[in-house]
Amino acid sequence: MTPEINPFVILIASIFTSNILLSNFLGMCSFISISKDMKSANGLGLAVTVVLAFTGIINWYVLNYVLIPMDILYLRYIVFIIVIAATVQVLEMVIDRLSPALYMSLGIFLPLITVNCAILGAVLFVEIRKYDLIQTLFFSIGSGLGWWLAIMALSAIQKKLKNAPVPAGLKGPGITLITIGFMAMAFIGFSGMVPIQ
Amino acid sequence: MDYIIAPLTIALITAVLAAFISIIDSIVNNYGDVKININNGKKELTVKGGAPLLHLLSSEKIFLPSACGGRGSCGACKCKVTSDVGPHLPTEVPYLEKDEIKENIRLSCQIKVKKDISIEIPEFLFNVKEFVGKIEKITDLTHDIKEVLIDIGDETISFDSGMYVQLVVPPYAKIKGETQRAYSMSSRPSDSHHVELLIRLVPGGIATTYVHQSLHVGNDIKIIGPFGEFQRSSTTAAMICVAGGSGMAPFKSILYDMYENGDTDRDVWYFFGARTEKDMFYIDELYELDSKWERFHFIPALSEPQGEGTWKGEKGIITDVLDSYLKRKVGPDVEKEGYLCGSPGMINACNNVLTDNGIPIEKIYYDKFA
Repeated sequence: MTPEINPFVILIASIFTSNILLSNFLGMCSFISISKDMKSANGLGLAVTVVLAFTGIINWYVLNYVLIPMDILYLRYIVFIIVIAATVQVLEMVIDRLSPALYMSLGIFLPLITVNCAILGAVLFVEIRKYDLIQTLFFSIGSGLGWWLAIMALSAIQKKLKNAPVPAGLKGPGITLITIGFMAMAFIGFSGMVPIQ
Repeated sequence: MDYIIAPLTIALITAVLAAFISIIDSIVNNYGDVKININNGKKELTVKGGAPLLHLLSSEKIFLPSACGGRGSCGACKCKVTSDVGPHLPTEVPYLEKDEIKENIRLSCQIKVKKDISIEIPEFLFNVKEFVGKIEKITDLTHDIKEVLIDIGDETISFDSGMYVQLVVPPYAKIKGETQRAYSMSSRPSDSHHVELLIRLVPGGIATTYVHQSLHVGNDIKIIGPFGEFQRSSTTAAMICVAGGSGMAPFKSILYDMYENGDTDRDVWYFFGARTEKDMFYIDELYELDSKWERFHFIPALSEPQGEGTWKGEKGIITDVLDSYLKRKVGPDVEKEGYLCGSPGMINACNNVLTDNGIPIEKIYYDKFA
């Protein structure tokens, strides 16, 4: 059942050609609200990548060893969300203890990630595309890195836009959404170049 | 079978995860005993780590001022941390000035104590206690100011006149959770079994509405104190005191305290401003003090006197009255100190008048809450 795709191809694909944010438009709320400041954007990108990697793996185990054998796949949304919330909780406690500096830089973003749709989205892709464990790991990390790349790109553009003569009516969310649209169009050019399913 | 298996599976997964989180929590968040070193070894506390500094201190009966009860929304619980507790949190920064950040002043409700910590707090905080008192008397001074007398029973409160206490407002009506608000004490230090507060009704105010509508004689009330550095100096400079409304409280305490203790060898000018006759109170008492105490001068002023010619005091805005007295009666050559209590607007305006009349800004004292 598992598609024979090299995990490295999946990694590259999930960063560039099938960027979870700009191709699938997942995780938009924090993408738009946090991208105003590069430092925060960087912290959030890191947090999303870490959480995606962990939840991807754990949910893969839950999917293949609990949901599918017991034939209760229809419970996947609620189960995945519970697992994501628990993972974030544990990660938060562990990071707080092991690296207070990292904990400080992630701040409020870590708990906020619980409700970031990119995390649940990635897990659902894993389920639909029937990835194996290694593929899941690379896909999760790749999706996280792709999300990180996209938010850094947007916040860099936003920084430039601060000095640009934007029409008054478009200032703020308006011009941000237009910017994201252009970025997405650029990424659509890549789509399908590398198969990931 | 599905309708049994489904909930059971979810419950099982949740239970496993919850157990896992609890285990991680007990390992990761167990910081053991940590030491809090206060004022370079003046006092050392051993407490269980992991909780916010403010709560650890109050569990050891050291009360930092706090108006919001540790939610990080008042900025009152500042204290200086001399050991390393990490960079300032985003929740602290809005309440701190640039110099304070440089000196590592922190909001004690926001920083968690995870290892041994050294802090510096003002000496008088060691004297701060929590009192449970009974309301002995509530008097209407004006249409919107009440004098509240609290009997703290056998306990004694020792304070310098001019200090304030935190009134703990229990949850009532739609207000959930405890609230604390600061009020200057108007009682004299010589009466150590009572605390008297003057409380003006602020429309929409949580504490003032509670006091004006829900508090009755015989009720229990919690207060924490005494706090504050608003005290008279020990110089012989003339005291220029200015107050409005419930700003009367600390001056009532200071003036009667001075008179009682024979500390009457300095000039004291007390300017008290109000809008109309119905906002004026304690007039007879203070005129009486004025006549008994030679160097004390009480100058009440109304900005909008209503009665035709019945008002005997000054007329006009308090800052104008203050300015003309400083120029004509007190004289520019006399050494002066300013003492202010009232709304922030009044304090700013009076600050300007006092500095224009040659009182240096560091000789003007006031509490910043209002």
